[in-house]
Amino acid sequence: MCTTCGCGDTELVPVELHEKILAGNDRAAKHNREHFLEAGVLALNLMGSPGAGKTAVLEATARAAAAKGWRLGAVSADLATDNDAVRLVKAGIPSHAITTGQACHLDADLVHRSLHGIAWQKTDVFFIENVGNLVCPAIYDLGQAANVVVLSVTEGEDKPLKYPTMFLAADLVIVSKCDLVPHLDFDMAKLDDALARVMPTPRVLKVSARTGQGMDQWVAWLEQQRLKHGLVGKVAGLAAHVHPPKA
Amino acid sequence: MHEYSLVEALITRVEAEARRRGALKVHGLSVRLGELAGVDAGLFQTAYDTFRAGTICAEVPLTLTQVAASWSCPTCRAAIPRGAPLRCDACAGPARLDEGGDALTLDGIDLEIP
Repeated sequence: MCTTCGCGDTELVPVELHEKILAGNDRAAKHNREHFLEAGVLALNLMGSPGAGKTAVLEATARAAAAKGWRLGAVSADLATDNDAVRLVKAGIPSHAITTGQACHLDADLVHRSLHGIAWQKTDVFFIENVGNLVCPAIYDLGQAANVVVLSVTEGEDKPLKYPTMFLAADLVIVSKCDLVPHLDFDMAKLDDALARVMPTPRVLKVSARTGQGMDQWVAWLEQQRLKHGLVGKVAGLAAHVHPPKA
Repeated sequence: MHEYSLVEALITRVEAEARRRGALKVHGLSVRLGELAGVDAGLFQTAYDTFRAGTICAEVPLTLTQVAASWSCPTCRAAIPRGAPLRCDACAGPARLDEGGDALTLDGIDLEIP
């Protein structure tokens, strides 16, 4: 009400917020992150184009990390079918499919609800295989410890320049299907140059899920991440699955 | 088309703020979009125009402020030329995204308060 003269007129009040539009998602992601870290689980958000080789990299990870004795787990998102989750289960990675319908990305609430369908607390490394898409998933925090973007050599060297937000969000880029390079007109130096123009500190691994090239370095990177987040030797266990009221 | 889910979050937030302050009406809202926010301004506007019907924002104009992405050296402050590798030639360190380049923020709302 007008307090100048007490006339009773309404007032037009500019309210300054400067608040992230995704603040609600970020709160849910923080909740997920707390769960993962308390349980001693390294959670990774695996993103990339459809067909980049995300599932194949995870299948190869099961083979490459076997000697580590890690318990792996995953949720795998697609608009339709549970094909990827079925593949991962066959590879020895307990997995749960998230069928998103028309949604082009995962958000933190979707991930949280999906966790109720899998014993994620009993894993050491948990992969959140996002919907195949180089645009939308980049801006949603899911509660992961790190973002990994899979880019296959068949996609072309300039992909990072075309989708800079995705690569800017990446903590690691896995260049997949490297066994195909001799058969392609693909210049790895051009890809490295493109990544340097969208990532201030590019971290890149060149792998082939088929031949196993680069998989040892990938497993070593996973080990570094477990160390970085204080998860090595941590006794996994969650006292209670508490959900605070939403703000 | 994540712009639709972003607009849904935006309108939900505006409704909550208006309710919290006992507002009679919303007169305007302003959103800042950085070039590297991963959001297309045109699609965002289209999504807003589609979703605002039947909400508290039905007749509320949206002011979109777009921010170009720029990079600079956090040590010597030198600007990195657009499109160049994101390292400082002089300091050899990684560049830093300048403020606002990845903004996706609700800056403010104009509310009519009784």
